[in-house]
Amino acid sequence: MAAGVPSEQRMANQIASNLRHQPADRAAETLAAHIRRFWDPRMRARLFALVDAGADGLDPVVVEGARLLRKDQEERVG
Amino acid sequence: MTLLKEPDFGTPERPGAATVSVEVDGLPVTVPEGTSVMRAAALAGVDIPKLCATDSLEPFGSCRLCVVEIDGRRGTPASCTTPCAEGMVVRTQTPKVEKLRQGVMELYISDHPLDCLTCSANGDCELQDMAGAVGLRQVRYGYEGENHLDAEPDKSNPYFDFSPSKCIACSRCVRACGEVQGTFALTIEGRGFDSKVSAGAGEAFMDSECVSCGACVQACPTATLQEKSVVQLGMPSRSVVTTCAYCGVGCSFKAELRGDELVRMVPYKDGGANEGHSCVKGRFAFGYATHPDRKLKPMVREKITDPWREVEWDEAIRTVATRMRAIQETYGPSSIGAISSSRCTNEEVYVVQKMVRAAFGNNNVDTCARVCHSPTGYGLKQTFGESAGTQDFRSVAEADVIMVIGANPTDGHPVFASRMKRRLREGAQLIVVDPRRIDLVRSPHIEAAHHLQLKPSTNVAVINSMAHVVVTEALVDQGFVADRCEGFDEWAEFVALPENSPEATEPITGVPADQLRAAARLYAAAPNAAIYYGLGVTEHSQGSTMVMGMANLAMACGNIGREGVGVNPLRGQNNVQGSCDMGSFPHEFTGYRHVSDDAVRTVFEELWGRELLPEPGLRIPNMFDAAIDGSFRGLFVHGEDIAQSDPNLQHVSAALAAMDLVVVQDLFLNETAKFAHVFLPGASFLEKDGTFTNAERRVNRVRAVMKPKTGKHEWQIVCEIATAMGYPMAYDHPSQIMDEIARVTPTFKGISFDVLDKLGSVQWPCNDDAPEGTPTMHVDAFTRGKGQFMVTTYVPTDERTTSRFPLVLTTGRILSQYNVGAQTRRTENVAWHPEDVLELHPLDAENRGIRDGDLVTLASRVGRTTLKAQVSDRMPPGVVYTTFHHPVTGANVVTTENSDWATNCPEYKVTAVQVGLAHPLARHSSESVGADRLAAVD
Repeated sequence: MAAGVPSEQRMANQIASNLRHQPADRAAETLAAHIRRFWDPRMRARLFALVDAGADGLDPVVVEGARLLRKDQEERVG
Repeated sequence: MTLLKEPDFGTPERPGAATVSVEVDGLPVTVPEGTSVMRAAALAGVDIPKLCATDSLEPFGSCRLCVVEIDGRRGTPASCTTPCAEGMVVRTQTPKVEKLRQGVMELYISDHPLDCLTCSANGDCELQDMAGAVGLRQVRYGYEGENHLDAEPDKSNPYFDFSPSKCIACSRCVRACGEVQGTFALTIEGRGFDSKVSAGAGEAFMDSECVSCGACVQACPTATLQEKSVVQLGMPSRSVVTTCAYCGVGCSFKAELRGDELVRMVPYKDGGANEGHSCVKGRFAFGYATHPDRKLKPMVREKITDPWREVEWDEAIRTVATRMRAIQETYGPSSIGAISSSRCTNEEVYVVQKMVRAAFGNNNVDTCARVCHSPTGYGLKQTFGESAGTQDFRSVAEADVIMVIGANPTDGHPVFASRMKRRLREGAQLIVVDPRRIDLVRSPHIEAAHHLQLKPSTNVAVINSMAHVVVTEALVDQGFVADRCEGFDEWAEFVALPENSPEATEPITGVPADQLRAAARLYAAAPNAAIYYGLGVTEHSQGSTMVMGMANLAMACGNIGREGVGVNPLRGQNNVQGSCDMGSFPHEFTGYRHVSDDAVRTVFEELWGRELLPEPGLRIPNMFDAAIDGSFRGLFVHGEDIAQSDPNLQHVSAALAAMDLVVVQDLFLNETAKFAHVFLPGASFLEKDGTFTNAERRVNRVRAVMKPKTGKHEWQIVCEIATAMGYPMAYDHPSQIMDEIARVTPTFKGISFDVLDKLGSVQWPCNDDAPEGTPTMHVDAFTRGKGQFMVTTYVPTDERTTSRFPLVLTTGRILSQYNVGAQTRRTENVAWHPEDVLELHPLDAENRGIRDGDLVTLASRVGRTTLKAQVSDRMPPGVVYTTFHHPVTGANVVTTENSDWATNCPEYKVTAVQVGLAHPLARHSSESVGADRLAAVD
């Protein structure tokens, strides 16, 4: 286990690893749907912050999934 | 209620549609073919005297008390061993048989102590009853002849005595040990007059293979095998039928009392889960309920460094409500939450999640099922559409192949294991998938056809390879898949990839390819093949993937939707299934419906009168993270010891210590209570009124044997906290809570206390379509419509062995102890397991200079502890094993916070560790263990 890695980064990367059989765009959608379904909003906010900060080691599927998730959230609010 | 005496029909029921009609003492009776004359007579209302016969055991025909006359047949056959034949005319009371029976009784009584008035079984002795039934008036042989009256009693077992002087050598105990329990620890030693019951090879019971299930005590017709509690307290006078609060089997028991004192727990024959059987925990280990350690008064303290102060309930509840609200005012509505307990009733769990969602105003509720079977909920929901096992326990009797994956039923679910062992003795084939050579692999009259001794963390690679064999060798049930499933082509293409072949995965899993292929063929070719699994599946970083992998395999082979097949989780605690059903997960309401579902949320909002959040709340590990970052500051912990049971205890401790308010409700001041500001004393299961739901979805009544010793029911306390926080919650009786559950939960629509009292128990779904419940799920269609194949890529765990931590630790439980041991450590069960030990292979032991019994250090990247070594080749080289029943050892000090990718269920089963002698220069030291348990090594 990578010490010092924020929990949200570790968990999101782990989800991405388990979706690696899917094409990247589909994996990002699945990841976004999973996080939307199971993560508390503050955890999502921390993930968005990590993505915004360009955190090292974020899986590209996570970055794209976070983008989709944020877009979806904004659309729901808007 | 008076003492409940269940009818004993003498011999077991015979299944089958064909019947025969006979006449017994002039009474006509029609019974299934194969039914004994004795049972037919009992069904006609005629009790034939008997001693060696009882309906939990196959007929034996040794006592000769049950002789009858049958028209047209010579002699006086034993009614227990004589099957009914069409038109048979039986006479049970004739001068001839009466004389024979009296003669038999004279012989028995001539070698039996005549101490009925002072005997512990007085009033509950079949020998005594039969002496009366046959009209015994004399013993012509006298009492002076050679006898067994001086035979020494064996009092070695903490729960029952063996008094051979009272034994009539009926063999009921021996047969119960074999037929019912499947242990075969007892035998009849010697011949003729020297015949005597013997445990093991003439050993004391405690030194033998006896597992203290109590089946022999239950079967004994005299006081030969007698509960010590009956000897000490006397014969009970009333019964209350209730449900065991230990494992997920959910056995029904008669709690038998004398006045208000519980004398013994006797397994209930009509219990759907156990059908009259029990284990050492449910049968005997109930003393914790009255243990002096138990706390009965609420307590509060300002800081966790302050001493506890006993207070009245009003103050304790007011303190919780005031401090919770204060936290929310400062840090926001989502800054508090609760953890519900799988040990509590459905009704208690329901009100906890209702308190969180409606009174706290957030969804920060999770259950201890998070750390055991949350991947089951996820995986089976994705594939089958329902977060529950597919079968009832009886189903195993129809299985031709049984695959046990990551479970140790003889220790973890012993009463179900007895059912399984019976089927295996009848000829079903067994596949065991486990790193450890569990007892089922080879035990009396049982030997696994295949033991796939895989490396820890490689479950998914194994199940994918089994699927590879099924797909590439054309073993798929094409009809089932075509009619009932979807997503097959993509999945089949995936598992057929060369990387999933047994030959390709052998280096990863350690399972020889030819053995894996043979096991897959065996499973796929069986008319009925059933999968049973435990925490060795779920508690991995790919726990959810593995659950889906098993579901895939079952669907591919058409092993869903009838008796004898299925995918069946063996749930850890008594109400894991129920706590999940009751909406304990932060993302789901009751019945596994997501909080974002507007239609579902509206149902609850209208009933509860509060707007509810559509977003999921924090799961347990997320709560700990949020506590450390300061956004989560108040926690209500209901009946769970997270400071002992959860992984990476340093992290848990830091999280608990960071909170402004920790409320613990429990029987004892547990490890978590060390971090608590308010302690609310809980009620034992003997004081509860409600329901538990076991691993087969069976909703069973829990009935109060006595009033709560704390003065309040736990559901009342929760309601009062919610009310004090400004959200009135009140019920007059727990049945009203179940009525509310039924109102808001389609799968529980037909369940009420009245229905349960009438039917005994019900397996959900119970609704208009299935008013008496659903023993087998997905019969004609899956809950989700079509079964969904899911691609299950194997992803190795991040937890890797290194030169510094070269061994893999896996954890589990043993028969005599339960979970963190809070209950069982406070009973005589400590006689079997006074401390946790570390099992390691002789090779690993030798390499480290470790001998059996040495004190060793067990260190991982996150912590270290010390415990005694037990050198055992049950483990493969490179893998070590321990239990987490004792806080002094603190096995979870070393487990990491690695978790399942989908559910955050901790990866308890895989921790890279190093083991070494704790005191290399002082072998076999008796120094106290665990002193350095919190000293981090990395």
